[in-house]
Amino acid sequence: MSASLALVIVMAVMFAAGVYVMLERSLTRVLIGFLLVGNATNLLVFIMSGRAGTSPIVTGTAADANMVDPVPQVLMLTAIVINFGITALLVALIYRSWWLAQLGDEGDTVTDEHAAETTASTEESFRSVSEDEAAITAALDASEREDVAGVGDGGGGR
Amino acid sequence: MNFLVPLVVTIPLLGAAVTLALGGRRAPQIVVSVLALGMVAVISVLLLVQVDRSGPAVVHVGGWEAPWGIVLVVDRLSAIMLLISALILLGVLLFAVGQGILDGDRDTPVSIFHPTYLVLAAGVFNAFIAGDLFNLYVGFEMLLSASYVLLTLGGTGARIRVGVTYIVVSLTSSLLFLSAIALIFGATGTVTLALIADRVAELPADVQLILNLLLLLAFCVKAAVFPLSFWLPDSYPTAPAPVTAVFAGLLTKVGIYAIIRTQTLLFPDSPLSVPLMVVAFLTLLVGILGALAQADIKRLLSFTLVSHIGYMVFGIAMGTQLAFGATIYYVVHHITVQTALFLCAGLIERVGGTTSLARLGGLLKAAPLVALLFFLGALNLGGIPPFSGFLGKFALFQAGTVAGDPLTFVLIAAGAATSLLTLYALARVWNMAFWRSTDEVEGYESPMLDRLLADPEDEGSVRTRTISPLMTGATAVLLALTVALTVFAGPVFGLTSRAAANIADPATYIDAVFPDGAP
Repeated sequence: MSASLALVIVMAVMFAAGVYVMLERSLTRVLIGFLLVGNATNLLVFIMSGRAGTSPIVTGTAADANMVDPVPQVLMLTAIVINFGITALLVALIYRSWWLAQLGDEGDTVTDEHAAETTASTEESFRSVSEDEAAITAALDASEREDVAGVGDGGGGR
Repeated sequence: MNFLVPLVVTIPLLGAAVTLALGGRRAPQIVVSVLALGMVAVISVLLLVQVDRSGPAVVHVGGWEAPWGIVLVVDRLSAIMLLISALILLGVLLFAVGQGILDGDRDTPVSIFHPTYLVLAAGVFNAFIAGDLFNLYVGFEMLLSASYVLLTLGGTGARIRVGVTYIVVSLTSSLLFLSAIALIFGATGTVTLALIADRVAELPADVQLILNLLLLLAFCVKAAVFPLSFWLPDSYPTAPAPVTAVFAGLLTKVGIYAIIRTQTLLFPDSPLSVPLMVVAFLTLLVGILGALAQADIKRLLSFTLVSHIGYMVFGIAMGTQLAFGATIYYVVHHITVQTALFLCAGLIERVGGTTSLARLGGLLKAAPLVALLFFLGALNLGGIPPFSGFLGKFALFQAGTVAGDPLTFVLIAAGAATSLLTLYALARVWNMAFWRSTDEVEGYESPMLDRLLADPEDEGSVRTRTISPLMTGATAVLLALTVALTVFAGPVFGLTSRAAANIADPATYIDAVFPDGAP
């Protein structure tokens, strides 16, 4: 089996950098390290399919001999999906740990620092609605008065 | 009957989907989970009977023959592991239900607990029936992702802190495992276990050794073998009691199962017997010495868990058929008794309000039933005749004397010492938590007590709550199971010996997957 040297070097660099960053204390760096090492491992799986070749579709001709092995790509896809899911969970945990470090267990009961703005904007939106309603009522009243006035006039004319 | 094999994974997964859809409705969720695990237990019994009678059950998923498709294999070892884990998962689920009903689920958000628990179960079962390395990896990932969620339930500070450590350690071992799979694929051109077993012998000895070491390294982290066990005593005790119990009982044993499977099938002539012996020796002694120094029951039990993994590694290291039979029996015994003891710790936490030995006392009067359950479990784990712990250790030591190597005699001595020290550690728990009266505790002075007095809201101190009959019932049933392992030791040993005969001869496994010879 032969493999692309460029991919091997990229993989090695990613492994080295990933392990180095993973050993930091900061959780965000641990996450970045995990992403690097995870993708380096995916590359390793990918390298196992050997040199680039034709797409793995069996045609029954001589070209099939140059076909690339599709199995590592399948394995890699599954590994990518698993890594993605775990990364999402890890991000959530890191956010939670940051939240707890900043605010402690009381953090869950702290009111929103933008509470005043939120209330104001809510009132604003309600105010515009109530203004609209007032305008509509006024317009309806006005037209009704006109109608009443018109009916009165017409009655007078008959 | 082979159609039953995939059901052990699909039923819990379907159950997880249904319980997730049921959301916060507690009663239907409980019914679905109990039903799902109950069905798997019944299927496991049927599979065990079938496999024992007529050889391994092999399923080629989707009709694609191995090695092109995914293959599921259940031999005697897999069937035994399936049955015992289904029973344990069911028992712990009932305990959790009993606890949840009383608490109104303050610590375990019920809408998340059941689906995650069932995914964990599906992952464990998937690892046991996997016929190829990659499916084994997927099984591991399923159970690990579920365990990440279960360990950090509620998102309290302590759980998040240990949860992140646990996740990073598990991820590293998973990536090692994946690298090993990639290299094995590169070397042999397949991930199907039976075909690797057929081809790996043709590789140069040093390549075989590297592949073997990589796999062992990944599995030893999961099985918590010293020195790769440092993460376990920190992470397990912070989780809710039922979660800790199921982690302690099952997750490390899935690692042990993977080691047994790969060592016997892929590398039967492994030169790593002596290093494994040394590691087993260190695991036994360092683990139990750690347990002696603990002041918290859950941490103490976690250290005994690490220590007793050493017995199983010892059995694997010997590598004889007799040793494998004893190891399988020991695995079954240890899963049951360790889970039961952690459930007892959960009961103690509810009665005494803490698991800290410095603050417990007089529990014998307060909760005689819990005292009885803990006493039975402690004697069993410590290896007092006639309990199954004694039988398992005796069988291991017997296999060791038959092997007759000087190193095995050292291991036997270490094993006997560990057994006694386990008894000492657990007797200390018994004396302090159950036997001494509360008057003696009041005068007890220690920095830990001062700290707890100064800050009663500290971790590990919860207010005393009542115990539901379901919780004691579930614990009692698991302990009854360990007693049954003693009473029916003859038939069980017959079964594990036949399973050992299976795995000691890889040809049985390979022929079952490739009846017409390997391609």
